[in-house]
Amino acid sequence: MNEFRIPVGSWVEVLFDFVTEHFSFFFDFVRLAFAGAFETVDYLLVSPPFYVIIGLAGLLAVAARGWKFLAGTVVGLLLIVGMNQWENAMDTLALVLVASVIAIAMSIPLGILAAKSKAASSVIRPVLDFLQTMPAFVFLIPALLFFRVGEVPGIVATIIFAMAPGVRLTELGIRGVDPEIVEAGSAFGASPGRILRQIQLPLALPTIMAGINQVIMLSLSMVVIAGMVGAGALGAEIMTSLSRIDIVLGSEAGLAVVILAIFLDRVTAALGTGKTPISRFIALRKSRAPASASVETAAPVEPELVRL
Amino acid sequence: MTESIPLQETIAVKADHLYKAFGRRPHEIVKKLKAGKSRAEISSHGVAAVIDASFEVKKGEIFVVMGLSGSGKSTLIRMLNGLWDTTSGTVSVGGTDITDVSAKELRDVRRKSISMVFQHFALLPHRTVIDNVAYGLEIQGMGRTERLAKARTIIDLVGLAGWADNLPSELSGGMQQRVGLGRALAADTDVLLMDEAFSALDPLIRREMQEQLIELQAALGKTIIFITHDLNEAMFLGDRIAVMRDGRIVQIGTPEEILTDPANDYVAQFVQDVDRARVLTAASVMEPVRAVITKTAGPRAALRTMRDLQTSVTFVLNRDRSFAGIVRDRDVLKLVKRGETDLRAIIRDDATAVLPETVLVDLVEPSVESELPIAVVDEKNRLLGVIPRVTLLAAIGNVTTNTGPLPVVMPPATISVSQIAEILGDTALEGVEA
Ligand SMILES: Nc1ncnc2c1ncn2[C@@H]1O[C@H](COP(=O)(O)OP(=O)(O)OP(=O)(O)O)[C@@H](O)[C@H]1O
Ligand SMILES: [Mg+2]
Repeated sequence: MNEFRIPVGSWVEVLFDFVTEHFSFFFDFVRLAFAGAFETVDYLLVSPPFYVIIGLAGLLAVAARGWKFLAGTVVGLLLIVGMNQWENAMDTLALVLVASVIAIAMSIPLGILAAKSKAASSVIRPVLDFLQTMPAFVFLIPALLFFRVGEVPGIVATIIFAMAPGVRLTELGIRGVDPEIVEAGSAFGASPGRILRQIQLPLALPTIMAGINQVIMLSLSMVVIAGMVGAGALGAEIMTSLSRIDIVLGSEAGLAVVILAIFLDRVTAALGTGKTPISRFIALRKSRAPASASVETAAPVEPELVRL
Repeated sequence: MTESIPLQETIAVKADHLYKAFGRRPHEIVKKLKAGKSRAEISSHGVAAVIDASFEVKKGEIFVVMGLSGSGKSTLIRMLNGLWDTTSGTVSVGGTDITDVSAKELRDVRRKSISMVFQHFALLPHRTVIDNVAYGLEIQGMGRTERLAKARTIIDLVGLAGWADNLPSELSGGMQQRVGLGRALAADTDVLLMDEAFSALDPLIRREMQEQLIELQAALGKTIIFITHDLNEAMFLGDRIAVMRDGRIVQIGTPEEILTDPANDYVAQFVQDVDRARVLTAASVMEPVRAVITKTAGPRAALRTMRDLQTSVTFVLNRDRSFAGIVRDRDVLKLVKRGETDLRAIIRDDATAVLPETVLVDLVEPSVESELPIAVVDEKNRLLGVIPRVTLLAAIGNVTTNTGPLPVVMPPATISVSQIAEILGDTALEGVEA
C-alpha cells in the first residue's frame, strides 16, 4: 500500500536542478537587475529625511483625492515615524514599487495578447488560475532555489503572485469595449495597432487601472510574506515578532503595513476613475478659452441643417 | 429594373452571389444551400445569415435594404466593406474586388472608398465632436490643422456648429448621429453604409434626419446603402429597395414597383400597411381616359360621348392632343339647342391637372374640392390619364390593384339618355370620337 507513490515532487526537483544548472546565466542576470532596481528605489526613499518623503506623499495625496486624504496621509505616515518603523516601511515600499512596476509591465501585454487571441487566452487563463490558487508561500521555494536568500527572491515571488489580476482585468477591459466602436475603427480603415492605442486601451483604462490597483495590493501582501526569505523590511519584523510572539513589534509593524496599504489603494483607485482634483484642474484650465464661446450655443436645441 | 445594362464606371458597389453562414463548417453549409437545401434544412449545422444575394448599386443612388429583424441585413452590409468575410461570393467597391485583397489593401479601400454610420452611433466617447468627425481624415494621414479645418466645415454642414468641442456624451441622440454622419461625410468616400442609422432616434428627429439625408445626398451625390426594418423609412429614402427575408433578397425594385407589384405574398403582406399615399404616384394609379374628345369635334360628338359613357363631363383636347379642359353636359345641351357648333365657348378649366410623378397625398385636396376626376398630364401638357376620387380612395386604402376598372369613374350623367337621343335625333349613331 505505501509502496505506490507518484513522485511528482522528485520530478519537479529534477526539473529545477536542470534549469538552475543550464540557465544560471539568466538567473544571475535577473538577480543583478532586480537587486539594482530595488537598491536604487530604496536609496531614493530612505536617504532623504522622512519629512521630504511625507511632503511628496502629501502632494500626491492632494492631487489624487484632495485635502482630507492629505491630512490622513500625513497623520498615518507620521505615526509610522513615531513607531520607529520608517526605514522598514520605506524598504517595504521600495519592494512593492519595484515588484508591481515589473508585474504591471508584464501583465498588461499578456492581457492584451489574451484579449486579441482566443488561443493565447485559452493558454493564459488556466495558468492564471493555477497561480491564483497556489498558496502564496509555495512561490517562495522556487524563488529561493533560483535566486538565493535576499530581496530578489522576494521580488520574484511577489511579481508572480501579483500578476494575475493585472492580466485578467486587462483582458476583461479590452474585451468589454463596445464592439461597435471597435468596428467603427476598422470601418474607417484603422490598423489593429491603431485601434488598440486609440480605442481599446483608452476605453479599457478604468478596468485596467482597477487591475493595477489589485496588483499593487497583492504585491504589498506578498512582500510581507517574502520577509520569510530574507526580503527584510516590515516583513522581517513581522516574522521576528511571530517567532518571538512579540505583540508590541507585531502590532506596530502590522499597523505600518496597513497605513501603506491604505495610501497605495486610495491613490491608485483615484487614478483609475480619472476624476482626480488634478485632472479637474487641468480640464478647467483647458476649457477656459472656449468656455465663453459655448455659452450662447449651450441651449439643447436641435440645430437646423445648413444647406450647401 | 428594366433599364439597359449600366456602364461599369457607374456602378459603385456590386454584390455577386453573396453567402454568409455561421457555424462550425460554414463552407459545408453554403455547399448544401447551393445544392438546393433550404435554410431550415441546414439549421442543425448553423445559421445561414445571407443566402445568394446579388445586386448592383449605381453611383449616386440611395439603395435601401429592408427586412425584419434577423433577416440578415447587418450581415450583408458588413460584408460590403469587408468587416466580415463572405463565405462565398464577391463584393466589389468602385471596381475593386474586396473579397480578394490583403488586409492592408482592404484598409485602403475603407479609407478611400467606403465609410459607415452605425446604429448606436459608435462615436469615440473620449474624443470631442470635432476629433470624432476628423477621425477618418486622421486615419487617412491628413495633418492636424488641415483635418480640423475640414471637420469644421462638415460640422456646420450637419448642423452642429458650436458643438465642436463638446464630448459626445453631452449631446442628444439625434445630435450624436449627426456626428456619426459627419464622421462618414468627412472621410469623403463615394459610398456610405448606414446600418439602421436612424432606428435609435425618436420619430420626429428621425423624420428630420431622413429629410436631411436626402438633401445631403442631393448636394453631395454620395452613393448610400441604407439598412432599415422600417418600411416607411425605406419607401421615403430609397431610390431602389431590396427586400430581405430569411437571408434571401426576395425583391429589388423602386418603392412603387414594390408597392404595386409585390414579388410574392410575403412582400405583399409586408407592404400592406405602408403609408401608400406618400409613395404611390399619380402615374401608378391613373386610369385611361375614355370620355375625351377633341376641341374641333363639336357639341354633338361631345354629347354622344357622354351619353355612351353615362357621364356628365368629358375631357377636351386641343388639336395637338394637349389638354384643354372639360365640358359639362348641360352646357353642351344649351349649345346644341342654340344650334351653335363651337365648343370653345363652354370649355371650363376647373379640372385639376397634375404631373405623373405627383404623390397621392398631394391629390387628396383637389379631389375633395371638386367632384371632377384629376387629369394627369405630362410636361408637354398631354393628357395621360385621369384619377377619379374613387380610384384615389381605392389606391390609398389598397382596396384593389389598378387592373380591373372601377364601376364609377366619372360624375354620372345628369341628363337622361332619351333626352339626349331626342336632341341628337339619331339614336343609332355609332363611331364615337375618341
Ligand atoms: N456572429 C454570429 N454568429 C452566429 N449567428 C449570427 C451571428 N451574427 C448574426 N447571426 C445570425 O444571422 C442572422 C442574421 O443576423 P443579422 O444581424 O444580419 O440580422 P438583421 O437583419 O441585421 O437583424 P436586426 O434587424 O435584428 O439587426 C440571425 O439569425 C442571427 O442570429
Ligand atoms: Mg442588424
